[in-house]
Amino acid sequence: MAVGDPLVQLGTPEAPADDFKNKVWTTRVDAVLGWARKFSLFQYPFVTACCGMEFMAVSANHYDTDRFGAALPRFSPRQADMLMIVGTITHKQAPVLRTVYEQMCDPKWVVAVGACAVSGGFYQNYTSVAGADKVVPVDVYIPGCPPRPETILDAILMLQEKIQNQHHEV
Amino acid sequence: MTTADGGTDKLSPVLEAALSLLEGQVTGYHAFRGDDTVLVKASHRLEGTRALKDAEGLAFDLLMDTTVVDWPDDDERFEVVDHLFSTKHHHRLRVKYRVTEEDPSIPSITPLYGSANWMEREAWDMFGVKFAGHPDLRRILLYEEFEGFPLRKDYDKLDAQPLFEPRYHGTRESDG
Repeated sequence: MAVGDPLVQLGTPEAPADDFKNKVWTTRVDAVLGWARKFSLFQYPFVTACCGMEFMAVSANHYDTDRFGAALPRFSPRQADMLMIVGTITHKQAPVLRTVYEQMCDPKWVVAVGACAVSGGFYQNYTSVAGADKVVPVDVYIPGCPPRPETILDAILMLQEKIQNQHHEV
Repeated sequence: MTTADGGTDKLSPVLEAALSLLEGQVTGYHAFRGDDTVLVKASHRLEGTRALKDAEGLAFDLLMDTTVVDWPDDDERFEVVDHLFSTKHHHRLRVKYRVTEEDPSIPSITPLYGSANWMEREAWDMFGVKFAGHPDLRRILLYEEFEGFPLRKDYDKLDAQPLFEPRYHGTRESDG
């Protein structure tokens, strides 16, 4: 029996097709929670640098993250479940990033947007951290300097696939 | 250090006025394609800039930038550079001072310009040039725990001072 198959045959006298109480969907808890969580991502935009411009562009109406349910930013880590690290992380900023990440409640996912957050970008000096994953664990890496808005949307879709297929603690 | 030829090359009025105003404290000057530069003794920074600001014909009421250049091979290692602009007359002047490494101290012009506050803090943060009379001379771009002055030529640019323990050690030269 596949996900979405009705439990009983409809269209019989015992179970008329429009009888709502005879319709049952069976699925796994993981799938349902994954479906719910992937389409309601509340992002924490941890924007530090120029990639913030692309973040604004992808959130605006032309490229629109609202189509994927990931529109609403929450600037409190307690209310957010997706940490978007947008821009360079410096050594001065790294403890702040770590604190924000630790204040977020489970389940949480982290997206590193742009070359600086992925690997340090073209910066190699005394002040830039070579990749945000030195500080927090990252789920999706988005390369680009800055990445095209379509790349960021592709990454959100990739993250949604990950969320759908992962195990969710209840 | 080039000096404009007084005979064939006329000095611009701004440079002439500045030189006559700062008479005695000037160690050199040069001009190139409209850019006028005066080299002045470091101890005279506050009085000299006040004179440039108050003079009617010059009226340099906007400090565009204060920065430092590190010449490691010179005795007087740090060159403090002020860029002044007049919003009344729309002319500019660059004023340069030299300080040594042993006593990298120069008077602050925060009493004259509000913008000098943060610019001098950045110069202190990056080069270690002390501005005497600055109300709040502390690091502005880097964190307090940072040791050293990174834009000096003898600071290794890959020498990072992390505040956190990295989750892994990578392969880039700047990684721990």
